Amino acid sequence: MPEGKPEVLFEVIEKEGMLIQKGRIKVPYTWAAGKIASRFLIGLRDEKRIYGIRCPECKTVFVPPKKLCHQCLAQMSEWVELGDEGILETFTIVRYSEPAIHPVETPLAYGIIKLKGADTGMVHLIGEADLTQLKEGLRMKAVFREERKGNYLDIKYFKPV
Amino acid sequence: MARRTAIVGIGQTHHCAKRDDVNGQELINEAVMSALEDANLTIKDIDAIVIGNMDHFEAINYVDGWSVDGSGAFMKPIMKLTTGGTSGMTIATAGYYHIASGFFDVVLAIGWERNSESDTTAAITTCCQPLIERDFFAGAIGPLAAEYTNYMKRFGATEEDAALVSVRDHNNALNNPYAHLRMKITVEDVMKSPMLCYPIKLLDMCPRSDGACALIYACEGKAEKIAPKPAWVHAIAGSRDFVYMGEPFQREEMFTLERASERAYKRAGITNPLKEIDVMELYLPASTTGVKWMESLWVCGRGEAPNLIRKGVFNMDGELPINPSGGPLATNPIGATAMIRVGEAALQVMGKAGDRQVPNVKTALATAFGSCSWSDVTILRDTKP
Amino acid sequence: MERAAIIGIGQTKYEKEKDGIFAELVYEATSRALDDAGMKIKDIDNVVTISNDFWDGRTISCMAVADAAGCHGKDASTVECDGAFGAFYGLMRVLSGYNTTLVVAHSKVSEGNPRIISNAAFDPIYERSLGLDAISSSALQARAYMKRFGITEEQCALVSVKNHKNARNNPYTQLPLDITVEDVMKSPKLADPIKLLDTSPITDGACAVIFAVEGEAKKWAKKPIWVKGVAHCTDAYRLGERDLTYSTALESAARKAYQMAGIANPSHEIDIAEVYDAFSYMELMWYEALGFCGKGDGGKLIESGKTQMGGELPVNPSGGVLSAHSVLVAGLARIAEAALQLRGEAGKRQVPGAKVALAHGINGVCAQQHCVWILASEK
Repeated sequence: MPEGKPEVLFEVIEKEGMLIQKGRIKVPYTWAAGKIASRFLIGLRDEKRIYGIRCPECKTVFVPPKKLCHQCLAQMSEWVELGDEGILETFTIVRYSEPAIHPVETPLAYGIIKLKGADTGMVHLIGEADLTQLKEGLRMKAVFREERKGNYLDIKYFKPV
Repeated sequence: MARRTAIVGIGQTHHCAKRDDVNGQELINEAVMSALEDANLTIKDIDAIVIGNMDHFEAINYVDGWSVDGSGAFMKPIMKLTTGGTSGMTIATAGYYHIASGFFDVVLAIGWERNSESDTTAAITTCCQPLIERDFFAGAIGPLAAEYTNYMKRFGATEEDAALVSVRDHNNALNNPYAHLRMKITVEDVMKSPMLCYPIKLLDMCPRSDGACALIYACEGKAEKIAPKPAWVHAIAGSRDFVYMGEPFQREEMFTLERASERAYKRAGITNPLKEIDVMELYLPASTTGVKWMESLWVCGRGEAPNLIRKGVFNMDGELPINPSGGPLATNPIGATAMIRVGEAALQVMGKAGDRQVPNVKTALATAFGSCSWSDVTILRDTKP
Repeated sequence: MERAAIIGIGQTKYEKEKDGIFAELVYEATSRALDDAGMKIKDIDNVVTISNDFWDGRTISCMAVADAAGCHGKDASTVECDGAFGAFYGLMRVLSGYNTTLVVAHSKVSEGNPRIISNAAFDPIYERSLGLDAISSSALQARAYMKRFGITEEQCALVSVKNHKNARNNPYTQLPLDITVEDVMKSPKLADPIKLLDTSPITDGACAVIFAVEGEAKKWAKKPIWVKGVAHCTDAYRLGERDLTYSTALESAARKAYQMAGIANPSHEIDIAEVYDAFSYMELMWYEALGFCGKGDGGKLIESGKTQMGGELPVNPSGGVLSAHSVLVAGLARIAEAALQLRGEAGKRQVPGAKVALAHGINGVCAQQHCVWILASEK
């Protein structure tokens, strides 16, 4: 018998004669990114570059990139290097705290940034900013993490310039 | 009154253990493009889309909205259905009703699953009632094993009878370029394979696969223009008469399959299924069910199936070929598996089943299984209802 | 196409935390709908249940409610979308050979963490890791909409004031409140510009609606409410790919539904609307895409008073989703409320003389999908 506290199998709350069992679903997942997203994420990790992709039919440049254009259902393969600056289209400041999902502490800010050369907006965090001074039209620049792993948060946030 | 509706196109991916070269939307798109090509249509010809999978295998909420890049649903109506293992047929059925009701003329139905992305058993376990079942339940295999043990005891069926089903399905899959497991095996191979849960061994059990299937349905008037030989929907019926995992096993017969097939046969005017049905694509999660459940499709009396199996009645050259595609024992992307049954049945009726074609198919039957022993049945024919 | 009607309606009371398990909620709503129609469960020949595996905390969520929804011995199916969409599938089935379809939706939002659950709607490969959820993403949409058209937070607050006040007349709803614009403006900020009183609550509940095909509809107890038009439509998935300031998907669905129903001038021909106001700004956006006013004029419309009780086109006499938000149920509840209005059974929340009603449901992040219903008391 190992020492220490016994493992709790059930946590049951009783409320006015009714039992409520607490639980948590923990199922491990691995999601394959596919070739296009992989190229983009590797671009973040290894090159600190942001790549978009252009639809051969409607010519829309998407970022983050994907294999299929939703408007044309055409496969895309024309990469477009986008640089790391763009315009803030909209934003919000989140004031409630949800550690289970928030990557940083609140208050935190999200924005949709239209990178120069892209036709779609990129949703990401906003950092190094006075949140009271945020407004649409601000020029924003991507800030990369020091240690990058090949995921969307290799961009740490966008900051106003 | 239901409009006459037929399947006019079928697409599927090459199913395998793991498709880590594509993400979920891309996998779905492969099946969609394959179906559109099969029917010689473009996405513009599609009026509505239905889609589904089993959520907890991929942990994506609101899959219908997420799927847009792959399913082609942008600025179209799309809705999601999910009912556990029967999902594929639930979705196919929805494709049918979208048209039979008169609201849409050409509908795309998509079933998909990436079982490689999660721990299948852990995800399935969440279907159990949290307070009375979940902490004790051990996955899909236990109840199936117990069912066959009981059947062997009552009727003298053997483990070898189940092995014959496994040999049949795996060898049939050799003719199916889309199947996941394509293995030439013998009864001895099955008997020697590792025991999972007595009497079910590794080669008796379905695999987990990554894959997608897409079907295109069309209304009378358009179906005939799209496909030279559409597969007309004659009957759909289902039974979800149980709620808790322990319930079905109070009965010795496969209750839901009996109720669903009875109703489907009545709707299709079938009184002697063994004679009147030319091919069946059955959702057999384990080879043992390919023995026991035959009586529940009314092709033989109680306990008589082993005899028919030993005689080869259900083999490709037998009176009623079963699972020319290899069935779920060969391919099991769970959200797609039941739709693949419908799609394979349709291919048989349309005469497009290639090397796995059964000659002269007029009537084909497909079944779905899942959840706590729920069943659905679909009957297709080469003539209009 | 044959006609179909709503002949039975049942709702549980919508509450913050209900004691019953899913099956009990479904049984209650189903029983009420059957009683309402004067039917027994054997009179129902097929069932569509509506549930979501994430919100229910289990895979195959339909399993838990199969018996309570009366599926025994019947064909049944399950839609995993908002109830307005699931009801459309139920309608399709009743027009395809079944005589009657029971549609029942449930959820207990109190039992899960809505932030984690709504975060799961985002792409695991890209945006999910940002930690977006329903509130923070909707805030991005709200701000974009308000900035483009000069909609003010006070105009949004008018929606909350109206709907919570309307809720006082609805015995089923959760949050009847007598609040002012100032109360809304002072309520805690969640994600700018969305404040607590701009947001719908956490709600448990269930709702059931019974459809019958034309030949069957008159057999039952209540005046049939006819389905004149129904359509749904889906926008792009990624927020950055959408026009967050105007819902083209809703416009498209509405146009189709209006066409089916023969409606040329919605703001004149519709007597009452129940729309899905998950947040106060949304009601204003939906006014525009539904054609109740011009693009960008949602703020002006709420200020005009036309959508108040007693106005030309009362919107959300039930109190709307701001007053009770049982996820998946809320769209079906909009249909139920619209039908009650047309029957003249809406009690204190009745819009006098209502003959044509609109009901609306949404699904997905920032209302990516919309479903619009047109119901009428005459065929």
